[in-house]
Amino acid sequence: MTNEKPLLEVENLRISFPTRTGVTQAVRGVSFSVGREKLGIVGESGSGKSMTGRAILRLVPSPGVVTADKVSFQGEDLLTASEKRLRDIRGRRISMVMQDPKFSLNPVMTIGAQIAEAYRVHSSAGKAEARRRALEMLEAVRIRNPERVYGLYPHEVSGGMGQRIMIAMMLIPNPDLLIADEPTSALDVTVQMQVLAIMDELCSKRGMGMIFVSHDLNLVASFCDRILIMYAGRVVETCRASELHEAKHPYTRGLLDSLPRLDDTRPELPVLTRDPAWLEG
Amino acid sequence: MITVKDLRVTFGHGADAVAAVQGVSFEVKPGESFGLVGESGSGKSTVLRAVVGLNHDWTGTVQVDGKPQARQREKGFFKSCQMVFQDPYGSLHPRHTIDRILAEPIAIHRLGDADARIDRVLRDVGLGPQFRFRYPHQLSGGQRQRVAIARALVLEPRVLLLDEPTSALDVSVQAEILNLLKRLRAEHALTYVLVSHNLAVVATMCDRLAVMNRGRIVEELDVESLRRGAAREDYTKQLLRASQGYDRAAADSFRDFA
Repeated sequence: MTNEKPLLEVENLRISFPTRTGVTQAVRGVSFSVGREKLGIVGESGSGKSMTGRAILRLVPSPGVVTADKVSFQGEDLLTASEKRLRDIRGRRISMVMQDPKFSLNPVMTIGAQIAEAYRVHSSAGKAEARRRALEMLEAVRIRNPERVYGLYPHEVSGGMGQRIMIAMMLIPNPDLLIADEPTSALDVTVQMQVLAIMDELCSKRGMGMIFVSHDLNLVASFCDRILIMYAGRVVETCRASELHEAKHPYTRGLLDSLPRLDDTRPELPVLTRDPAWLEG
Repeated sequence: MITVKDLRVTFGHGADAVAAVQGVSFEVKPGESFGLVGESGSGKSTVLRAVVGLNHDWTGTVQVDGKPQARQREKGFFKSCQMVFQDPYGSLHPRHTIDRILAEPIAIHRLGDADARIDRVLRDVGLGPQFRFRYPHQLSGGQRQRVAIARALVLEPRVLLLDEPTSALDVSVQAEILNLLKRLRAEHALTYVLVSHNLAVVATMCDRLAVMNRGRIVEELDVESLRRGAAREDYTKQLLRASQGYDRAAADSFRDFA
């Protein structure tokens, strides 16, 4: 980690959803900061990891209520910013890659037109310039024959290519921070590696910060610099990615143990027993 | 127990034809646990669906329990060979209680004694009788997958075909289901064919595995060689490397295998 000021600071973030049976707290007091690094947020389903990512861009769906002591991006308060100001920030300065390209791309627009649009919305570039930049970006995410892919519709490309297209679209306005919510979990392992390598390279080349939300402990440990482990809406442990295997919290330990391994000769996998104390820990 | 010879499955006709499985052969001995590994589109699930009779358009030979199988299976076949699907959210009828879901196969096969059978199978999969009259939406993902396993087991089959049984579940729940499947195999002397993209899951569950790519079996190896990383084919080596976490240099060296 560097000594410079962090890109994003979040303090005491809380997200709650009113339901018929009372208020459900999805995120309960999460604090963290991200610099120009790769921060992983890991947890099981329902741990609040995706909601944390969405809350930064105020994308928590209604009727969710978000409160925090501080959500500040390069000194600017995102909690009180106007919708108009937020639209400037979304995409241009903080962008987000969602899990499934099938639902995130517009099915009736060609891929090239969508990427070019993402560029033109955030800059004053003309059509020809946007097209040139979109083709460059497709090449940067290692799509062979970008000219051909430019004219295709989303249903004509594979899942791995769709995800690379999403990444191209999110990176073309040159954001400072990328929030990636399970960007590779719908992909095959080898394609996943290739997509991660692209993001890794772009991160280090542009000095971009990244929040990588995932359920895959080993992947995050090998890809990120620092990890937050979330359980039931709270951060139970923060550690450097390289030290994940020395994690102390029993939840983290339990998760690591319950993963099957290639060299596994254990007759039975240890099962996680959840301690109610973790809810407050 | 299962013998598959030169299995071919093609979808579509003429110019649109896709050869999903192109001459796959393998053999599974009684009581063995056999893994089929591959990336999406490799044809691993299609092989499983052809074996269990969900896919009628195939050529080649499929023998289960010594008997050659026709395209249309007879009822008795399903008594001995059952399947568990990937998505426990989609594979259970949302408006049927667990009791009704489990009673249906018993009624179809006229086994009788439904009450005792359902009670026994629910205990077997680690769900108490208190779950019997609930609906699927009242259960968690792991509990639903247990019900799906119970539905397959209630007929007391000898072969269980598992199509990515844990890939929709959290890792802590995955461990529970894998343990359950291991225990059931030991207790009931079942034969498993497990389809998965996760090499680590196959390494814990299976004795032997076949790696598939683009409709063909690339290589067959036993789980010992898998653990040692002693794969012969480059494709398998690449798959092994990719499953060991992110590695920049490895990612750059990956290539497509035709």
